[in-house]
Amino acid sequence: MTLDPSVRDAVLAAVPSLRAFAISLCGNVDRADDLVQETLLRALANIDSFEPGSNMPAWLFTILRNLFRSEYRKRRREVEDADGSYAQTLKSQPEQVGHVEFQEFRTALAKLPADQREALILVGASGFSYEEAAEICGCAVGTIKSRVNRARARLADTLSIESMEDFGPDVATRAILAGSTSR
Amino acid sequence: METTSQPAGGRPHGRLGRDVQAKIGHQLRAMYDDVVKEGVPERFVELLKRLDNKDVKGPKS
Repeated sequence: MTLDPSVRDAVLAAVPSLRAFAISLCGNVDRADDLVQETLLRALANIDSFEPGSNMPAWLFTILRNLFRSEYRKRRREVEDADGSYAQTLKSQPEQVGHVEFQEFRTALAKLPADQREALILVGASGFSYEEAAEICGCAVGTIKSRVNRARARLADTLSIESMEDFGPDVATRAILAGSTSR
Repeated sequence: METTSQPAGGRPHGRLGRDVQAKIGHQLRAMYDDVVKEGVPERFVELLKRLDNKDVKGPKS
């Protein structure tokens, strides 16, 4: 098979965002990259079912999300784990995913129900419309909206204690206390 | 798309406010963009090259 160069470019162009999505889903870079690899293999094996000119990122995200879901379900059957072990994984690997400064946020994100987490990321970070996110998740637009709203409310709840200290207007004071100069 | 309304009895703008919401959005994107900025790792460039050259006969699903 020879890939149409424009298709190949479109796939490659989506990879950075696919990785970011995968990492925020599984909280582990290595697993996320494996998931991306699996997604690409699956996508290219089924490239005929991709309609030229349609939304490549959305198509790839759908595949990745489905792969993640089936793996997640498998894992869940093995270890029934409400919220615990996922968050635990993150805690034990603070350096795994980029900056430590996001650790608190990441942990809070990890505590969200999977449905809400993916909806929030797709809309709030990946930049998909509610309609696209609904398509990716195979649900109604209204469902995505309510998941995003609930996710935001819940994150705000979780982070609100910290927000007094950490996200407050007092960043300058903190910077001085930490002895750090402006960046 | 004009129905971006909050749920009727909703709270997002009540107790927590736009300020916190904006910070959440900002953190979320910052975290995400951190990864996006890494670009395309070599392994995926190689993978596509490999797949491009040979016949892909993956399992059709």
